[in-house]
Amino acid sequence: MAQAKTAKKKINKFSLKEMKRQTFLMIVSFFMVVYGIIFYYWPLTGWLMAFENFKPKKGLLGSKFVGLDKFKFLFEDDVFIKVIRNTFAMGLINLVSTTIMAVLFAIILNEVRRAWIKKPIQTISYLPHFLSWIVVTGILHDSLSASGIVNDLLLKFGFVNQAINFFAFPKYFWGIVAFAQCWKETGWNAIIYLAAITAIDPNLYEAASIDGADRLHKIRYITLPGIKPTFMILLLMNVGNVLNAGFEVQYLLGNGLVQSVSQTIDIYVLKWGISQNDYSLGTAAGLFKSAVSILLIVIANEISKRYGEERLF
Amino acid sequence: MREDSTHKSYKIRGTASDKVLTVVVIIFLLSFTVVTLYPVINTVALSFNDGIDAVRGGIYLIPRKFSMKNYKTVMEMQNIWTGAKITVCRTVLATVTSLIANALLAFVVSRKRFLFKSGLSLFWVITMYVNGGMIPIFLLYKNLGLTGTFHVYWIPGMISAFNMLVMRTYMEGIPESLEESAQLDGAGYWTIFARIISPLCKPVYATVALFIAVWQWNSWFDAMLYNRMKTEYTTLQYELMKLLSSVMQQSGSAENAKNGAATITPVTIRAAATVVTMLPIVCLYPFLQRYFVTGLTIGGVKE
Repeated sequence: MAQAKTAKKKINKFSLKEMKRQTFLMIVSFFMVVYGIIFYYWPLTGWLMAFENFKPKKGLLGSKFVGLDKFKFLFEDDVFIKVIRNTFAMGLINLVSTTIMAVLFAIILNEVRRAWIKKPIQTISYLPHFLSWIVVTGILHDSLSASGIVNDLLLKFGFVNQAINFFAFPKYFWGIVAFAQCWKETGWNAIIYLAAITAIDPNLYEAASIDGADRLHKIRYITLPGIKPTFMILLLMNVGNVLNAGFEVQYLLGNGLVQSVSQTIDIYVLKWGISQNDYSLGTAAGLFKSAVSILLIVIANEISKRYGEERLF
Repeated sequence: MREDSTHKSYKIRGTASDKVLTVVVIIFLLSFTVVTLYPVINTVALSFNDGIDAVRGGIYLIPRKFSMKNYKTVMEMQNIWTGAKITVCRTVLATVTSLIANALLAFVVSRKRFLFKSGLSLFWVITMYVNGGMIPIFLLYKNLGLTGTFHVYWIPGMISAFNMLVMRTYMEGIPESLEESAQLDGAGYWTIFARIISPLCKPVYATVALFIAVWQWNSWFDAMLYNRMKTEYTTLQYELMKLLSSVMQQSGSAENAKNGAATITPVTIRAAATVVTMLPIVCLYPFLQRYFVTGLTIGGVKE
């Protein structure tokens, strides 16, 4: 006990003995930092490309500096403005719809008491999370095709006279993407909410029953407030990801006819940066995305702080 | 178990609104399950159906004219085999290396007495929010000679701050006294990591290993971006994508919508290829369920 106490006193003191004891930790840290610098921090120097007319042959330092020209080009490009709109719109729609679905699913599943019903449903709900976007978009594509199940049902119940080609009209695209997100991630996202619900004090429900509350009251006045902290922290974490949520689905489901609503910043970067070899323009678009993402996180964090809620940092 | 006791009391005297809620719960969960499962079952049914027969449509839950020909066709595709081989290799290699690397890092930053604990933590947390973006990273890999090789699949993503944080949170929950008593017995940090912490971390290791394995198995974008020209390093998902995308691009044209069956790759063969790529993970995940649920809830929320 006494020994432990003296040892604790030494915390954060750069004593030689302590340093020697921590040799292993230092060596591991050293390699981790080297790895991190190479693969995570070094690429940040590439941001410089956004401000120059980058030519791979001339290198990062030899290329001509052009200031904000690339950004000017971006914001004068009507396509890029639409791309920003698409990214934001889809990111936001996806965030809202997946959150609502996850909370709804968690609350409703929690109303089931019989384990033999609850367990299998939960297992099934995780399934889509483990499928790749290739598989999901492939399946979705078949379901929505002219001979797919959706058109089948619509025709059978007389909602339409002719099969709808869902992928040919821009008006359906955002909805399809949101549906795909919800289909894939609802069960998975609900895991954390279900855990939060389990952590609520059972006495609260007991007391509410005695006071004559029905189940709906309990959901509203106990379960929902109980998961609010989890909800807030997940919202905060995801707000910064709003712009990141737009690549695979849109890339895989998009086609020429819906291009005006399907292209996102990442697709734009891929198109200009990799396919057209305009590294500078691609980097500028990517840098814009990163900057906005960080800004969003900071704003969300501030708002949350002001209202006395959970916060990230 | 806890839920049982909470709901017992009002189960006896349900009000009208409780009954409505019960109906809503049943309808919601029923449709949720159907919507989740149907497309998958339909794909499986199609994959076992005769190709020409499937064009007529109307196949829902079971194959109408049973045939194994689709799987035979898929198995005869050389690139599917190459993709499968590479995918298995990268999944195994990356899961092992990445798990060890993340565990070591998590171990280091969760040592309360470590001098650079908070500095190293911050160093990695920053990488979650700030990254160079697609183009600088692409150029980096190119300069490092990683593009066009197998190594691009497992070296760059070896450490991820998210996985590290999940493990760190878990390790911080392990009582410090265990470490202290081991140190009194003369154990160094490596021994503490290998002999004391790691055996206790099995659930979170399983969780993170699953995350990595699923990520690796489902990757296609890196194959497309870095190894497009190197067909010997193609992956299963990328091959599937090539099979599917020829069809997807077509649906953009209006004429094709009317006769959706007239596609490049028959729908049944696409279904068979889809089943082949999703089968291993679909068979595996139910058994790991208890790990990822606990791992995610313990490690994920508290951060």
